[in-house]
Parts: sequence; C-alpha cells; structure tokens
Amino acid sequence: MGLTFSEKILGSQAGEVVTVSPDFVLSHDNSAAIIQEFKKFGLSRVRRPDKIVIVLDHIVPASEEKYAQNHKSVREFVSEQGISRFFDVHRGVCHQVFIEEGFALPGRLVVGSDSHTTSYGALGAFAAGIGRTETAAIWATDEIWLRVPETIKIEFVGKFPPAVSAKDAALKIIGDGGADMADYRAVEFGGPAAKDFSVASRFVLCNMAAEMGAKNGYFPPDGVTRLWLGGRAKEAFQAVVSDPDALFEKTLTYDLSTLLPQVACPHSVDNVKPVTEVEGTKIHQGLIGTCTNGRLEDLEAAATILKGRKIHGEVRCLVLPASQEVYLEASKLGLLTVFAQAGCLILNPGCGPCLGAHQGLMAAGEVTLSTANRNFKGRMGSREAQIYLASPATVAASVLAGAITDPRKVLQ
Amino acid sequence: MKGIVWKYGDNVNTDVIYAGKYTYVILPPEEMAKHALEDLDPEFARLVRPGDVIVAGKNFGCGSSREQAAACLKYAGVQAVVAKSFARIYYRNAINLGLPVLQSAEAVEALQAGDEVEVDFAAGKIRRGGGEFSFPSFPPSVLGILEAGGLVEYTKKKLGKA
Repeated sequence: MGLTFSEKILGSQAGEVVTVSPDFVLSHDNSAAIIQEFKKFGLSRVRRPDKIVIVLDHIVPASEEKYAQNHKSVREFVSEQGISRFFDVHRGVCHQVFIEEGFALPGRLVVGSDSHTTSYGALGAFAAGIGRTETAAIWATDEIWLRVPETIKIEFVGKFPPAVSAKDAALKIIGDGGADMADYRAVEFGGPAAKDFSVASRFVLCNMAAEMGAKNGYFPPDGVTRLWLGGRAKEAFQAVVSDPDALFEKTLTYDLSTLLPQVACPHSVDNVKPVTEVEGTKIHQGLIGTCTNGRLEDLEAAATILKGRKIHGEVRCLVLPASQEVYLEASKLGLLTVFAQAGCLILNPGCGPCLGAHQGLMAAGEVTLSTANRNFKGRMGSREAQIYLASPATVAASVLAGAITDPRKVLQ
Repeated sequence: MKGIVWKYGDNVNTDVIYAGKYTYVILPPEEMAKHALEDLDPEFARLVRPGDVIVAGKNFGCGSSREQAAACLKYAGVQAVVAKSFARIYYRNAINLGLPVLQSAEAVEALQAGDEVEVDFAAGKIRRGGGEFSFPSFPPSVLGILEAGGLVEYTKKKLGKA
C-alpha cells in the first residue's frame, strides 16, 4: 500500500502519533503571550532562532497602549534572541508574508499558532495550526507531537463560470460537508482542474480547510507552484506527493462548471446557500481582504466590478490588501484608485476587522458581507450583528446594490 | 468530584467561548474566567461553580487556535468538557493546559442541563444517578502531558528544569 503526502512528511502511518521537528514555527501578535509561556521553562535561549517566524499583523498598528506593549515585548525578544525572521506591523497578514518570503516550500513541515496556518499547503507544504503553549514548547525543545492524519481527497473537474471562484468552491464544500467534515484529517485537493488553480486560489482552499476542521490542506506541487516560487524560494526543494496507490478515507468530486456563487449565512461557516437564495438581504458593510481573499487576483475581481461605479450610499466598504507587496502591486495597477473612487475605505494590510479586535466593528443590528473565513456570532463587534461570507466578486456586487447581489448580474 | 451539567449544541466555536477582543490582551486567570462563553451563554460565567461539566455536541472548540478558549473554562472551574467530538487545535490546547476533554456521544445524548454528575478519571467513567458512561483512554503521549499537569510541567521535566 502506498503512502499519502501526510504519511510521507510525518514518517508514519495514519493514526500513529509521532514526535517531529518542524522546519518553521510561526506566531504573530500572540508571541507576547508565548514569550511569557517560554519564560516558565527557565531557559535563557530559544533552541532554534532560525526556525522561528514572527509577523505582527493582528492589531496593527497598535490601537491601544496594551497592544503597543505587547508589540514592544515581541520586538525586544526577537532582538535579544537573534530571531531574524521578524516582520513588523507594516508587512501584512502573517500567512501572506510567510509565502511571499519563500518559507512555504514543497515538502516542508510548518506549524503555527494560528488556525489558518493550513494555507501553506497551497505550495505543497505540510502546515498545521497549533496552540500557544506548544509553540513555546517548540521554541524550547524544537519538537512537537502530531497525530498522522487520514486524508480526504477532493477532486475538481470543469472550469469556473464567470464571477465564480475558489471561495465559492470552498464554501460549497463546507456547506455540503459541515464544519467538522475533516476534523483531525488532511484534505488533499486534486483532479484534472487542479492545474488551473492559481497559487492565490489554492491558498483560498487550503486556508478554508481550517473551516472544514482539517489539520492541513494540500495541493500537489506542479508547474504553477514552481513558477510562483521562482525568485522567492531561497533553498532547494523537492516535491512530496501521495503515491498513486495511497489510501484515502474518501474522495469527493466537484464540477466547477455547475457552481453558483455561494454565501455562508450567520452564524456558522457551514450555513451555506447559493447567492440566489439570499439576494436582497440588506448589508451595512462590505469587507474585501484578509488572509482568505486579500491577494491581487481577489482585488482585481472586486475592482473589475467596482470600476467606474459608486458603492451604495448607506453602505461602507473596507478594503484590506493582504500584504504590503499586494498593496504596492494593486497601487501600480490602479486598483486602489478604483476602490477609493468607488467610495471604499482602504485600510493598511493586516488582519483588521476580521477578528473583531479593532477597525470596522459593527453595532447591534448591522450586517457585514465579508470575504473572510469566519462568521461566528460576535466576531466583528456586537453579538447582535450578523456576518455573511462570500467571494470578492459577490461582495463587490453587493456593496454597489446595498444588499446581497449575484455578481453574475453585474458582470453581464 | 461532582458538578452540574451545562449543555450546549454542535460546533460551539472559539469566538463564543472567548471573544477575539480579549484574545490579544494578556489577562490574569480570574479575568479570563469572567469572559467564558460570553457570546454563547452570558449567564454562564456568573453562575458556574467549581466542578461543573460542559456537555456539548460535535466539533466543540472549532475556529481559532486561541488557547484562552480552553484556559477560560479551566479557570472558571470547569472540571471537564464532554463532547461528541472536538476540533483538533482545541483538543490539543485543552490537553496542554490540563483541561480534560472527554469524548462520549452516549453521555452527550443522555445528559441534560442541570444534571448532577461525577467524573471518575481513574476509572474512565462519567456517573449520573444510577447510570454511568465510559470515555476512551488517552493515547500514551497525551496521557503523559495530562499526568504531568500540562505541557509546561511536562516540558520542564523533559528539559531537566522541574
């Protein structure tokens, strides 16, 4: 019997518990709390400063003194410990910065104290989210225990219709399977249409694998991967792929050509309906960006719809490029001008309002349509507010109308 | 130890267990406990007593990796969380902090809010009145962490710092 990608990376069969040494361990603003945990071990130095990646992105720039203090303690720590892979508040969302820096390479093992660490499977890495205390323990020991996951395979066939994208595919899969469809498991994406997915689109699926409950998401590396990594990868790498006779728990197939734009309704990511069933729902705010949908292709999809138009007078629309690099590219292409002229508010790269700690929170009774990955009750301000999730195209079409709108109508 | 059952549904997520607005502030344990389940059951933090047990459906703790979602329940005095299944990062965090997370679909079906239960960790049983429900034993690697009282103590021993 052959082995799956995850079995090869972790060096054992599904169901076994192994102790491994990761290639990289990521953390963000929560590094301030991890430092406090690390100090409990009584060690003066981290074991492998070269494996630690820290990006300040969650509450940037600091909106209150207590956050400024956290950031300061992180800056002092990285300086004292010689951690060179530190990225300050101007760089963007940790997951986007991580891939732009070329840290996510095929065959690498990455863990991070953020649930969306799964995103790096877009480039063929094994990447899983972990907690804070165990991140501190890796800083101390360079080791972590992981259970080797069983693998669910999801195959894509066909081509996306206009105004339908990877986010719609992700929401459709989660709506069908439920928020626990891949608990403890790996999700491997493939099928004849996989080669048509850009790295940004692969990122969306692997990012949203966290919302399926998955330990990791993964696209087998191919020419698209190698092209994207050219000039970014700083080390040699070798693709690791599942054997042809590997054992998958099950295989699901999705035909992209029949997919409609999808919307996740309050208050869970698996409460998914085709946009046609929720059209006309009034919104107060649109959010385009985050680690899920803040890359250039996402901003382009939104700008195509917003160009030369004005957003609805009773709606505000926030745009957050995922990183400084994306911000600069969008600026060069004139996309930021399109957004500003349409009446959107362009925020600095970062996590922003997605997690509800600052920027663009909602009052009771308000509704946001967001390209982010979670719509849990109370996540963006009041617990009496509502969050719907959709693709950048659907959010762009909806901020024009002031209500949830099928983007296919606007593109016609 | 005996306690009262607090019962909730499927997919109880980390945002409703511990809201994002508190996640990046370093709070002392008693303050964390005050915000436990704030957006799911605003009365919980005020009424919970040491030894109480949370009983929930599938995928408990889905969402964020935030560890306080496990810590706040522990500091609120919760003796154990019993669920049909747990989200994987939540499961890890709970073990690493020494909050027992017990999987038993049978117990979840049977137990009701307000029931008085006793958790017997040595025997692997949850008892209510005359009835009892078993929960599976932990894998050895996980048991080692729980027995040490959490990952910090476990790691200190490994490093020879305990």
